[in-house]
Amino acid sequence: MHTVPGVEGFMYPNEMELQWSIMIVLYPYLTGLVAGAFILASLERVFNVAAVKPTYRLALLTALAFMLIAPLPLQLHLGHPERSFEMFLTPHRTSAMAMFGFVYLWYLLAVLVIEIWLEFRPHIVAQAQTASGLLRPLYRVLTLGSYNVSPRALEIDDRVGRFVTVIGIPSAFLLHGYVGFIFGSVKANPWWSTPLMPVVFLFSAIVSGIAAVLLIYLVYCKLAKIPIDMPCVDSMAKYLYYAFLVDFSLEMLDLIHRIYVADESFRSLDFMVNTKLYGSQVVGQIGLGTLLPIALLALTQLVSLSIRARKRLYVAAGILTLVGIFLMRWNVVIGGQLFSKSFLGYTSYKMGFATREGLLPALIVMVLPLLVLWVLVRLFPPMEEQRPAPH
Amino acid sequence: MSLDRRQFLVDGTMFILLTGAATRAWPFIEQGRPQDAPGYDTASHWWAMFIDVEKCIGCGRCVDACKVENDVPPEPYYFRTWVERYTIPPVDPEDATAHQLPIVDSPNGGRDGFPAEPPIEGAKSFFVPKMCNHCADSPCTQVCPVGATFQGPDGVVLVDKTYCVGCRYCVQACPYGCRFLDPRTNTADKCTLCYHRITKGLTTACCEVCPTQARVLGNLRNPDDPIHQLLREHKVHVLKPDLATGAKLYYNGLDGAVR
Amino acid sequence: MAQVLRDAEHLVRLALLFLAGGLFFLGIRAFLVPAGFGEFGHFRTGALQDIRDRPLHFAGRDSCGEADCHEDVAAELANDSHARVGCESCHGALAAHAADPEIAEAAAVDELDLCSRCHASNPARPASFTQQVEIEPHREESPCSECHPAHEPSS
Repeated sequence: MHTVPGVEGFMYPNEMELQWSIMIVLYPYLTGLVAGAFILASLERVFNVAAVKPTYRLALLTALAFMLIAPLPLQLHLGHPERSFEMFLTPHRTSAMAMFGFVYLWYLLAVLVIEIWLEFRPHIVAQAQTASGLLRPLYRVLTLGSYNVSPRALEIDDRVGRFVTVIGIPSAFLLHGYVGFIFGSVKANPWWSTPLMPVVFLFSAIVSGIAAVLLIYLVYCKLAKIPIDMPCVDSMAKYLYYAFLVDFSLEMLDLIHRIYVADESFRSLDFMVNTKLYGSQVVGQIGLGTLLPIALLALTQLVSLSIRARKRLYVAAGILTLVGIFLMRWNVVIGGQLFSKSFLGYTSYKMGFATREGLLPALIVMVLPLLVLWVLVRLFPPMEEQRPAPH
Repeated sequence: MSLDRRQFLVDGTMFILLTGAATRAWPFIEQGRPQDAPGYDTASHWWAMFIDVEKCIGCGRCVDACKVENDVPPEPYYFRTWVERYTIPPVDPEDATAHQLPIVDSPNGGRDGFPAEPPIEGAKSFFVPKMCNHCADSPCTQVCPVGATFQGPDGVVLVDKTYCVGCRYCVQACPYGCRFLDPRTNTADKCTLCYHRITKGLTTACCEVCPTQARVLGNLRNPDDPIHQLLREHKVHVLKPDLATGAKLYYNGLDGAVR
Repeated sequence: MAQVLRDAEHLVRLALLFLAGGLFFLGIRAFLVPAGFGEFGHFRTGALQDIRDRPLHFAGRDSCGEADCHEDVAAELANDSHARVGCESCHGALAAHAADPEIAEAAAVDELDLCSRCHASNPARPASFTQQVEIEPHREESPCSECHPAHEPSS
């Protein structure tokens, strides 16, 4: 009955090919890491959680690195990336995607770049006067021509920076909540259409961001031969644990609601989860990606363990978390396109390898932010100097 | 004088001097296409289509004609219109509680007709032509980030191929599966209601070749259009009414099982 | 006051940089937004005309029977059961032929395939469509048009 391989049952003819690929899985994944890393940074700055202070600058740089690369999967996906600027020229106000372009720009420029610039100004000014080679003109440009790093100037910087962080928190919520809304507002797709979607996306972003900064911090300290501040790591793990509990509760709420209400779409979606998405959702996202890291983190919270044991558990939990949140994005984006809107059939996702939206560019996109981060930490060393007290 | 101010004065003067219809023609005259303004007045048209399921014989001429008229890619997963065959299994008295799903097929969109062999014997079966519903509250135009897809002033939902960025958000937002990405232009594509024909007094390609007049083009703004009588005399349905898309594809005889 | 300004000078420069960027964006926007955008809605007005300019492939049944072309066929059809079947429904797209009868000949029609498409017995067709038959035992090896001339099938 089906002429196209990979289709079971009935799909509307135009539905057989998936429109949104792994690139559209990566995009919310990367922006989620941005939002999550920033919220971790803001814990110290605004909520005065002194324990995580050592990761403040690293978290900001991580957010920037991912934010610079996140538009890349989008550009690889668009049929006409050379026209993507149209979203800024003639944004359609009813389109969440168009409005998101401005939210992204706002967050990048008005929050992240300003906050990092203010934080690193003393370093920039110093380097502008002493750096060698090509780096010197770079730093000089970044000073914007002002070399004033007097205590009064730095105090002003600190006040402004705090203000930027305060507006940055709702901006980060908006950043990733919006991505959730892009999916959650599509009434045509019952897998996506739920008011919970922005909240689920946001909390899974926080979870993935904290896990990423935790792992990056451990790796950075090891490579830079800096002693690890264990109370800081313990604190991050604690926040990861709490965020995970909220995230898991939200996802379970969505699931339980669907099962209980059992509307027309439920039969088709249930079948899909138990067959096509079983590996990625039940085993991967829920099992290995959520329950297991929660259990490992719970262990560290409830039982007194040695530093070495805790570090290993944190690393394991962190890696599982990052994989799990990636699978969550996968299950939302790809899963939402595997079933027919007639509720009578399913198709398959055929991912190429060396094609524009294939596995190879996807892997490159996943690695690039780490390379960018590597460059950023060399330009703006996160651990070199302590910030002048008081805050 | 700045460009905006000058433009305002020109527009204002024109509005005062010309009639409303001529003012509407002015943009075309400005863009060097005065021949297109008279003869077709968007303001007197609000396009819709009536499809009578009880007349469709599943010959597939409509699917073929659309692909020819509109240069649609020939592969079996790009269709501006297609025909589905629904086969509803009867309730088995010996197993009355069993939940039966309809069996639906659309081989190559119905372009080559349908095999005479039914999927199961003795079941109720019928054909359902599908196409863009040209929704009045279209979810696809709502989500377009740049304004490349839109509903024109005469009710036809169209795509501007020179402006579309190919994000496929509209494809995701359409509840009826009537959109696709044209692989040759990397832009969104869908039924245009043969806009290039209906604005010249012709009918759509699919209506033109339908041998049983199962498809009838209609202009809701014309009080004498036959569609008003059709809507009055039949029990009319639209697809997925719970999504309140304002669909203007009106079906007669649509079984409740049809999605 | 001067001291505050000196200490906040870098912030003023930053603000000016942002302002300059914003103005630059608004400036180039005037050049980059296509002409006629937003006149009738959030779209480029010229798109309506672009779509109207698409070429025609089907001429429409009205143009076949006019002006010394196929009036005789039109007359035959009008009195019989294929009266409301469009010419191009069987003969394919013929706008090129209607524009220049010399250049494009009407496409030859494979009878058996074409007639079967509508008239082969198929349980999914509506019961009110009585013109269905099991083609093979019915035609007894003869071509369909032997008993049912295409333009006057009931005769």
